[in-house]
Amino acid sequence: MSFPLLTATAVLPAIGAIATAAVPAAKRTAAKWLALLFSLATLVLAIVVLVRFDPDGDRYQLTESHAWIADFGVRYELGVDGIAVALIALTALLIPFIILAGWHDADPSPSSQHRSSRGGTEETGTEPTSIAEGRWRPTQGFFALILAVEAMVILSFEATDVFLFYIFFEAMLIPMYFLIGGFGDRAHEHGEKAAATQRSYAAVKFLLYNLAGGLIMLAAVIGLYVVAGNFSLTEIAEARANGSLDMATSTERWLFLGFFLAFAVKAPLWPLHTWLPNAMQESTAPVAVLITAVVDKVGTFAMLRFCLQLFPEASKWATPVILVLAVISIIYGALLAVGQRDIKRLIAYASISHFGFIIMGIFAMTSQGQSGATLYMVNHGISTAVLMLIAGFLISRRGSRLIADYGGVQKVAPVLAGTFLIGGLATLSLPGLAPFVSEFLVLVGTFTRYPVIGIIATFGIVLAALYTLVLYQRTMTGPVKPEVAAMPDLRVREIAVVAPLVVLLVFLGVYPKPVTDVVNPAVEQTMSDVEKKDPQPEVEAAK
Amino acid sequence: MSATAVHNLWTTAAVAADPISKIDAPKIEYGQLAPTLIVVGAAIIGVLVEAFVPRKSRYYAQMFVSAVALAAAFAAVVALAADDYGTTKAGIAAMGAIAVDGPALFLQGTILLTALVGLFTFAERRLDPAAHGNRVDSFAAQAASVPGSDSEKKAVKAGFTTTEVFPLLLFAVAGMLIFPAANDLLTLFVALEVFSLPLYLLCALARRKRLMSQEAAVKYFLLGAFASAFTLFGIALLYGYAGSMSYATIAQVVDGTVQDVNPALADTMGNDALLLVGAALLVMGLLFKVGAVPFHMWTPDVYQGAPTPVTGFMAAATKVAAFGALLRVLYVVLPGLRWDWRPVMWAVAIVTMLGGAIVAITQTDIKRLLAYSSIAHAGFILAGVVAATPSGVSSVLFYLAAYSFVTIGAFAVVTLVRDAGGEATHLSKWAGLGRRSPLVAAVFAVFLLAFAGIPLTSGFAGKFAVFKAAAEGGAAPLVVIGVISSAIAAFFYIRVIVLMFFSEPRPEGPTVAVPSPLTMTAIGAGVAVTVVLGVAPQYFLELAGDAGVFVR
Repeated sequence: MSFPLLTATAVLPAIGAIATAAVPAAKRTAAKWLALLFSLATLVLAIVVLVRFDPDGDRYQLTESHAWIADFGVRYELGVDGIAVALIALTALLIPFIILAGWHDADPSPSSQHRSSRGGTEETGTEPTSIAEGRWRPTQGFFALILAVEAMVILSFEATDVFLFYIFFEAMLIPMYFLIGGFGDRAHEHGEKAAATQRSYAAVKFLLYNLAGGLIMLAAVIGLYVVAGNFSLTEIAEARANGSLDMATSTERWLFLGFFLAFAVKAPLWPLHTWLPNAMQESTAPVAVLITAVVDKVGTFAMLRFCLQLFPEASKWATPVILVLAVISIIYGALLAVGQRDIKRLIAYASISHFGFIIMGIFAMTSQGQSGATLYMVNHGISTAVLMLIAGFLISRRGSRLIADYGGVQKVAPVLAGTFLIGGLATLSLPGLAPFVSEFLVLVGTFTRYPVIGIIATFGIVLAALYTLVLYQRTMTGPVKPEVAAMPDLRVREIAVVAPLVVLLVFLGVYPKPVTDVVNPAVEQTMSDVEKKDPQPEVEAAK
Repeated sequence: MSATAVHNLWTTAAVAADPISKIDAPKIEYGQLAPTLIVVGAAIIGVLVEAFVPRKSRYYAQMFVSAVALAAAFAAVVALAADDYGTTKAGIAAMGAIAVDGPALFLQGTILLTALVGLFTFAERRLDPAAHGNRVDSFAAQAASVPGSDSEKKAVKAGFTTTEVFPLLLFAVAGMLIFPAANDLLTLFVALEVFSLPLYLLCALARRKRLMSQEAAVKYFLLGAFASAFTLFGIALLYGYAGSMSYATIAQVVDGTVQDVNPALADTMGNDALLLVGAALLVMGLLFKVGAVPFHMWTPDVYQGAPTPVTGFMAAATKVAAFGALLRVLYVVLPGLRWDWRPVMWAVAIVTMLGGAIVAITQTDIKRLLAYSSIAHAGFILAGVVAATPSGVSSVLFYLAAYSFVTIGAFAVVTLVRDAGGEATHLSKWAGLGRRSPLVAAVFAVFLLAFAGIPLTSGFAGKFAVFKAAAEGGAAPLVVIGVISSAIAAFFYIRVIVLMFFSEPRPEGPTVAVPSPLTMTAIGAGVAVTVVLGVAPQYFLELAGDAGVFVR
């Protein structure tokens, strides 16, 4: 038996989560280092997966299969294709930066430290938190939860059993929920109390949207079992392909909708997106990155892996509607981003617009579209991480999320402003930076089949230029506002977070081949599942 | 498929239950009835202990007798199951009164383990501050003394404790063991009364908030008496219809395959009006015990008023026993009538799931909230009952086992959160509990997540099992309504978690009492079962699957 590499990649952060949570309350810094160490070790394993993966080999590689719950027809089956490998690498890459960026986010708030330090003289105070301050370990919890999310996300990328996937797809909501609700952004115009209320609202909204989507998917999962008799993705897809598993058209469509709805909430697709701005606005910047750059990718990934493979006919049937929704997402997200006063909310709406592009690329049913969409998932993860993390650094300096509170930052903090600009330019898909390649591929892929949709979506790019450049102009240029004047530039830790990601953005912008090489064979496979040929056969004239 | 053929799907080879044709000494299979007999015997010993053992050592004597009896009875169940009495040797014992088969043994095992864990919470004496130097448990010092009277004060001062709860618990358990195994209607009714009456009493015995507790007991008793009357009336009508109390004979008459007809009853026999009304009344009585809408009105009041250990035990074990009896009645007595009862059970399942989940949202008391949640869960289980397939039976068995341990654990946690007035059950007092006692709050969160059916908890495995069975049994709309009410239910479970972890603690908030190893064991068992059944349910699913066939 070979070494279970995929299991190890997911179990390592899970062990890290437990270890971090077990660190004694007083040793906050040790917990942080431990978490960072585990996330780096996971990255190493992810790189090993990437190296061991042979793009031209079998469809699913490094597979593992063990009996689990025979009564439900469930097996513990893991396997990765090119798309999954790319996303696992993205996840493992981003988590160390997220941990590093959130280094101080879960330290006990200055106010409560203050209180507990004077606790002796203020026995009659109304703040009882200090009573149990010894046992309440927010820092350990914060980093443990991030690692737990990483473990579940990686497992859901690896699972080739529908039930197994569903379990982690749902279970990751719980740590995410605590990350949003328990460790929110402290910057709030109406003080900490209002922030706590807002935060808990955002966390509950996040959970209810996703749980409802997940439960609808549960009904579809059960339906799939009744129809197919097992949960193995490979077996069902094969039986679908050779015709031994026949689904009534209406059954297939209902099941497809059940699955798609859950993924569309997660992705998020208009009109199921409204939880995202709240969640991203209220959580700390690293957690916001975790939501949009990592967790949401599971939604778009699952559309590619499960919707298209299990229900090819229904996918084709639903394509027109989904494309229209995707275009609405693109334009609507961009328009709302233009009108935002809050930096993080702006980035959230920008993300909705970008997820529109990804979903459009997937359902355009062309190989350019789908490899563009996969590439987009990776690039969007990196570019949003850069933009959001720097926005987080900026916000933590001034204590406000409002765009209007800033001005002239580039004069006092040129490095911060410069990297922020690069993140912004990546978001608007400037040629030479990574997102450009993927956005271009998605648009080309869509245009060949659905020209009108493609043309409308192009306006999303124009709007993207508008909202990022206006954001930059208002916050970074102009006269230096007095509150900003003493703002320090990026610290060493912050540069360590941003610099590698910026380098990666430029590198993948100039030379995306490493990613496309891994992704393309898998995309071809998916395309053949839905029996779609690219509209211009002369491209494949190699025979 | 003919009704008989369908019937044979659910029942093993029929053993003809012969009405008394010749007077003979009854043949009792003591070995097969050992679990029940042990518990009844221990209960009687418990009564004798009350009479003869000095007051000081009664608590320990009772604890010892009860724990040993429950453990021994469980060992007997395991021995019977290991000896294939659940599968190949399944049969009817005690002159046709009691069935010894897979479902009966599985449910008896579940009830006994639940009762053992429940016993630990009954025996907890470290939570309340000692009164006059005597350690006290959750039960009234002297049940007969009027609340607030001098005699109550004297009783407290003298350090009286109501150690009668232990034999009462054992009697209730004995009734519950017979209830799902009863194979004729009279045994069913006797078992119903045997487990109900001790529960009425136990509900009235709270040490704190005694008036509320007594009110709950009276409500439970009155409504329970009505339900018993309905059941009895239904039994009478069914006897009139079939001329027999035996499950098998009634089923034969329903199927039209009865062999010998009692001439005295030939006139009324086979009268469908009697059958339909009788079956409806009987099922109504069982649905009352289960706590299904619209027979659920007693649940919140009784759950809230009863001493919390009793609530936990009652919520878990009664549900197991009552669903067992309901399954046997529907699958053994009335399979020929299933085209009549299935639509009704559909409707009951739908209103129970939705009703429980929706009303729970507005609750502000944790015990009431758990009561409505138990109603919603009854609805989920009914979805499995409606399936009317072997996998329906095994999924219900699995769900009951999973649910009972979560419930008893959750109520055990409720006993820990206290303020000056005893248990602090109002939800507002639970604010910020996660900051004061992260461990207790985390454990409670695990139970809530299991109730909500989040993957990797036993609640998810159970929910998946019943929904799968329902979908296979052609009840796909029930599954859809089930997931919708799960989503609604998730909202109020999550709300409690929000309250515990994200709200600021109140300055005058409750404290978390440090329990003795007894309650810790109960909570630990709950968490362990929740996690094991969630992560590795295969063994237990197989167990429930093997136990899924009723003997006829």
